[in-house]
Amino acid sequence: MFFKARQELKLLARDPILLALLAIIAASIVLFVVYPLAKVFLASVQVDGQWTLSEYVSLAERRLYRNALINSLGVAAFVGVISVIIGFVAAFVLARLNVPGKSLLHYVTLLPIVSPPFVSAVSILFLFGFNGLVTRQLLGLEDFSIYGFHGVVLSQVFTFAPIAYLSLRGVLASISPTLEDAALNIGATRWQTFWKVSFPLSLPGIAGAFLVVFIESMADFGNPLVLAGAAFPMLAPQAYLEITGSFNLARGATLAIILLIPSLTAFAIQRYYLAKRQYITVTGKPTASTSKIVSEPAKWMLYAFVLAFALFVAAFYAVIFVGAFTKVWGFNYTPTADHFIYVFDIGFDTVKDTLIVAIVSTPISGIFGMLVAFLVVRRVFPGRTALEFGSILSFAVPGTVVGIGYILAFNSQPIVLTGTLAILVLCFVFRYMPVGIQSGIAVLRQIDPSIEEAAQNLGADGLTTFRKVTLPLIAPAFFSGLVYAFVRAMTAISAAIFLVSANWNLMTVQILNQVGSGRLGVAAAYSVVVILIVLVAIGVISAFVGRWSRHTSMVRY
Amino acid sequence: MAQGIRIAGLNKLFPGPDGTSVAAVKDVNLEIAEGKLVTLLGPSGCGKTTLLRMIAGFEEPTSGDIWFGDKRINDEPPNTRDAAMVFQSYAIFPHLDVFENVAFGLRLRKFSKADIEERVKRVLEQTGLLSLARRSPNQLSGGQQQRVALARCIVMEPRVLLFDEPLSNLDAKLRDQMRIEIRELQQRLGITSIYVTHDQVEAMSISDDIVVMNGGVVEQVGSPHTVYARPASRFVADFIGKANFVSATVVDKNSVEVAGKTLTLPGTPGLEKKSRVTLVVRPEAVRLDAAKGDFIGTVSRVMFLGNIAEYLIKIPGIGYWLVDSPNPGETGLFEVGQAVHLSPSRPSIHVLDRA
Repeated sequence: MFFKARQELKLLARDPILLALLAIIAASIVLFVVYPLAKVFLASVQVDGQWTLSEYVSLAERRLYRNALINSLGVAAFVGVISVIIGFVAAFVLARLNVPGKSLLHYVTLLPIVSPPFVSAVSILFLFGFNGLVTRQLLGLEDFSIYGFHGVVLSQVFTFAPIAYLSLRGVLASISPTLEDAALNIGATRWQTFWKVSFPLSLPGIAGAFLVVFIESMADFGNPLVLAGAAFPMLAPQAYLEITGSFNLARGATLAIILLIPSLTAFAIQRYYLAKRQYITVTGKPTASTSKIVSEPAKWMLYAFVLAFALFVAAFYAVIFVGAFTKVWGFNYTPTADHFIYVFDIGFDTVKDTLIVAIVSTPISGIFGMLVAFLVVRRVFPGRTALEFGSILSFAVPGTVVGIGYILAFNSQPIVLTGTLAILVLCFVFRYMPVGIQSGIAVLRQIDPSIEEAAQNLGADGLTTFRKVTLPLIAPAFFSGLVYAFVRAMTAISAAIFLVSANWNLMTVQILNQVGSGRLGVAAAYSVVVILIVLVAIGVISAFVGRWSRHTSMVRY
Repeated sequence: MAQGIRIAGLNKLFPGPDGTSVAAVKDVNLEIAEGKLVTLLGPSGCGKTTLLRMIAGFEEPTSGDIWFGDKRINDEPPNTRDAAMVFQSYAIFPHLDVFENVAFGLRLRKFSKADIEERVKRVLEQTGLLSLARRSPNQLSGGQQQRVALARCIVMEPRVLLFDEPLSNLDAKLRDQMRIEIRELQQRLGITSIYVTHDQVEAMSISDDIVVMNGGVVEQVGSPHTVYARPASRFVADFIGKANFVSATVVDKNSVEVAGKTLTLPGTPGLEKKSRVTLVVRPEAVRLDAAKGDFIGTVSRVMFLGNIAEYLIKIPGIGYWLVDSPNPGETGLFEVGQAVHLSPSRPSIHVLDRA
């Protein structure tokens, strides 16, 4: 073992720059992913330097915390099921059926992915809140409360169903429609074909989508904070309140560990059990065949369902937009630009800070992610699996846990970062790298390694090969990594809320503050600005990456 | 500057299941003279590609040394070995056009713009690609891609050229043509070359010398004529061309006895009396006749292939022989079940020492 490791390192040492990069990457993953998590764990089992489980005992004894756990699990499971149903129907209709307006519906359905995850919460307050348009103005309800289970579920389904849709679309696209044709051909009815062929084949994908939504829902911070209400405690906001409200770091850390366990379990099942059981029956180019297993009436019923969801999404965004230009929602619907004037006047520093953080962290995250993918797929070195695991671990760790970890780890010697730009950038880089890494790995595995060997053979060292050959070839993965990192940096809240300071504040935190102080109009204006910046950025990134890898798109690997 | 290659005591072990190791290359010693083209020939899994990749620097030898000229290159990374390689999959950079693919290595070496322009153009001219310079690789045919891969190597004027089954993805006609082009180019430039293939016809037609490999071991090194006419082992005889293996007993130092018939084989030194040997009889070195010959047999299968007729003939006391008979369109065919006489041509019979 030891001998082999030394041999591998010796080989790698022939490329000193690459070895140095590897060392830097490994060290920074330990420092900025593993170390903060260890700090959270230590804070939960040590009181005044003594090892103890007293924090866990007191959590178990108090109804508030037991309820928080049960509520979070319940919401996550429920949201998971509903989102998967919506996602599956949408994926089936938009990927498999011949219906009008597919690409428009596709983009509308994806809109929630590129906006802050709690924009819907603001919309819901506009529509169903205390002075809600629907509940108060239209229905005249006096005692309706949106806060609690139903409010959180409504908002989270809106936010996470698109994620289920996207992953199930991939699953359905990888199952050849000719299998359905074959089943029909040997005499199965449509109903039988669906339940005996299509459904079982997509089952691992469905379970995977459920778990992803489950993880996201457990980790969600903004929606519960806005919509759970005092009578319905949930883990993530509770951990935040313990730390910022009662300054009880140990309790916050303990809640964070409790929050971490289901998320990591779901992640482990998804990655090490389900991922190996996905059926892929299409390998070459996709067969362009539409499904024949639904009858005409069923088809239009499913289509109506998807149309309804898309309208629901569009309506939520319309409400945000209108709300941002409305004087006082619920009382005075006079159009006004006041909220935007506020954002660009008093709140302008926040807009600037957010943009700086996003612009600095995005390229670092993107390039770092591609480098990790390159090293993991194309180089042999001791601890390779550990590096891959460490680098994607943060995907499964709820932001709340990361945020608490960062304030525990970087608030005192040896490394003091609290209140700086660096802590926000580092947090975002390491939190949002995994998506780039994963897609980089997937694309790289499909590229013939001899293309990179050819570059070496012609005199390129490791880094030159990466820069001149690998990176242009994995441009699509690089692009999605960049977009993801930017979108998340613009819309993140759960970890960031622990790390913002007077000097460096973020728009998402501002939105929550404005909601908290009842100024929904300003919150809506901020949301509109965030969404517009994200859409512009996606355009800019795609133009940039597109120009720089001109030929790649024409090439089939 | 072309240089000879010397390989001494080279071994490569790969980790196998349950902590064992599998030897892909076993104790290979080889010397390749400057400017020669040598093929590594053998069935898949014989270690030829592993050997080539060790020379290129993509695999690390477990033990042994590789020398280019008088320089030991074991510890050189692949990018400084100056041993340009044509890959089986061509490995053209899909994001660069033809010109940029060929210019890739020159740009890395910081050649001047004018130099690059001039050298790339010259090589594109030589390989017939000049008109395609600005094409993207996915607009090229297989043969054109092959030429780009070759041009990209020779533009570097490397010490050594390596070919990893470069023609295996082309159709038969194009393969023949590219073979000739590669050989002509190699001889004109005089670059020491190593060429891996599993196709014996390709190896015969292109090489100065053939290294026949089997199970990680070098079975024989020799000119195409030597490995065909005087194979060192049954494996070599069987792998290169077709062969009939016939058991025989040595009568004296000039003759052997096969199924009661004594064959005189002049010029076969070192036969030990009474020892058992195996004769290699090539199908085209057997003459068929309706009336007379050394052995008599019956035709059990016949295939008309145009240039030859291929017979399978049963000979009592010996077994089945494959026999190729030339120009069957003119001479006519023997029919299945018909008795024929067979006479192996004496100088073509090769004696393998072990029975």
